[in-house]
Parts: sequence; structure tokens; C-alpha cells
Amino acid sequence: MTLTAILVLAAGTYAFRLSGPLLRDRLKLSDRVKLLMSTSATVLLFALVATSTLAKGQSFAGFALPIGVLVGGIAAWRKAPFVVVVVLAAATTAGLRFVGVS
Amino acid sequence: MRSTWRTLDPELLRDVSAVAAGAAVSGASFGAISTSAGMSWWLPVVMSLLVFAGGSQFMAVGVVAAGGSPAAAVVAGLLLNVRHLPFGLAIGDVLGKGLLQRLVGSHLLIDETTAFALAQPDPRKAKTAYWLCGVTLFVAWNVSVVAGALIGRNIGDPSAFGLDAVFPAALLALLLPALKDAATRNAALLGAAVALAATPFLPAGVPVLCAVLGLLITARQKVPA
Repeated sequence: MTLTAILVLAAGTYAFRLSGPLLRDRLKLSDRVKLLMSTSATVLLFALVATSTLAKGQSFAGFALPIGVLVGGIAAWRKAPFVVVVVLAAATTAGLRFVGVS
Repeated sequence: MRSTWRTLDPELLRDVSAVAAGAAVSGASFGAISTSAGMSWWLPVVMSLLVFAGGSQFMAVGVVAAGGSPAAAVVAGLLLNVRHLPFGLAIGDVLGKGLLQRLVGSHLLIDETTAFALAQPDPRKAKTAYWLCGVTLFVAWNVSVVAGALIGRNIGDPSAFGLDAVFPAALLALLLPALKDAATRNAALLGAAVALAATPFLPAGVPVLCAVLGLLITARQKVPA
């Protein structure tokens, strides 16, 4: 990894980040489009949850990780405090791996 | 800005701390992996300060460690970060109106800050949550990367402690309120299915972007108020 590569990655990433807030002003979006944008962020984040739970690279992540995230998700759905959700997910995944479930 | 912090509640601080703790372990692991891959200790540190997007940092270092060129590493990292643009379009308002708030706030635009902002019931709380989460994660991430880079390879594998489950579980918990809306939920489920189906075939980052197809399909059925 070279410093030049890091600077290019940083500049490109910052450009992506700055474009959203600036474009949002310029485009004078209607309320319907704003709602669509907000929904699209939820859709993207949910897809990120799904892929980072079920895939490692381009293959299946194994069972320990998705089961842990599922346990966390059920806890969140049952209105458990956020910290409990996070700890339950990690503990479940760690426990499963400890007993040999990958 | 002062009014932003006045609405600070202990519950939010606790939730943000939980995510920051997970990010800190991940950051230490990033610093250690980078120096183990032969980078000088300051390179991952500069990278974390300037890029501040964990997934793309692991990806870029991984590409080079596997024998890829720095250019390939940059492309792979940038593909992962394209999603920040739609995030900014969705929640750009919560950064604040001033130029400085825009410039600094944009650097803090990451998955976690977007999810925390979306999970809040009103714009004022969303702004507080965004900035608190952004600043806390920025400090936690960068301090831990320095620590990991200096301590080096003696750090164990974070996945042994199940810490790779922290990020998706935290995001999922933050998204649940928005998913109560049936149209949003259908779009999200369809989008996730598209992303998962595309994962074996497309480079990392692109499948998640494909999830927007889920929205395009369900949006037609949505009748606005």
C-alpha cells in the first residue's frame, strides 16, 4: 500500500461523501423523492447487514455469524436494550465458534 | 452546535459507546494486519484518518497483501465506498447548514452515523446522534488503529470473540424501526435478496448497490400521502 494510493482512495471517498449533502441542496428534491432517498439508505444498509452477515468475500460466511446476528435481531425486535443486542450477537457467535461451529 | 449537544441523552451515549467499542477492536485489528503485511506503522494511521471507512481499508490492504497493485486496491476500496453518496443524499440535512459543518460532517458520513441518524424520531435528535456517533467513532477508530499498528501481530483474531457480529447486529437494531413500514420492509427484503444473489458474481461493494433495484420495484406500488 503506497501513500499515493491512500491519498487517491481518501480523495475519492471524500468526494462521494460530500456530493450527497451538496447535491441534496442543488436539486431541490420533492418530498416524495426525499422519502425515496431515505428509504434507499435503509435498503442499502439492510443489504449491507445481509451481505456482511451471510458472506465472507464471495462465499458463505458459515453458520456462527448469521445465527449470532439473528439472535441479536430477535432481541432487538423484542425491545431489548441496544447494548444487550450487540453483546448477545457477539456472545452467541463466539460461543458457537468455541464449540466448533464455524 | 451548542444546541446539538444540549439534547444529548445517556441512552444515546451508551448505544454509541457500544458500537465504538466494536469499532475499536476492529481498528486495532486493522492496524495490526497492516503492519503484519509489511506497511510502516504510520501508513495505516494516515489511511484511517483520511479514508475513515473500515471496510474499504481492510479491502485495500488485503488486495495489496494478496499481490494486487495499489491501483487495484484503490478501485476495490472506492467501489465499497460508493454507497456513501446515496447516504448523503438521504441524510445530508442532519450535518447542519454551515460550510464547515458540511465539510467536516461529510467526513463522518459512514454506515453507523447514517443508521443512527435514520433511527431518530426527529431532525434535531438525528443531528445530535449523527455528530455524537461520528466524532466518537472517529476517535475510537483512529486511536485503536495507532495502538494496533504499534503493538502489531500480538493481537488475536477478533472473530474468535464474535466481534464480526457486532457491526451487522447493531445496524439491524438501528434499522428495525424503519422496517416497520411495510413498503420499506418489502423494498429492503427484496434489495437484500438481490445483493446476496449478486455477491458470488460481482466485486465487493457492487452487490449492496444493486439492492436499490428492490426499491425501484416496490416504489411503483407506493402511493404517497
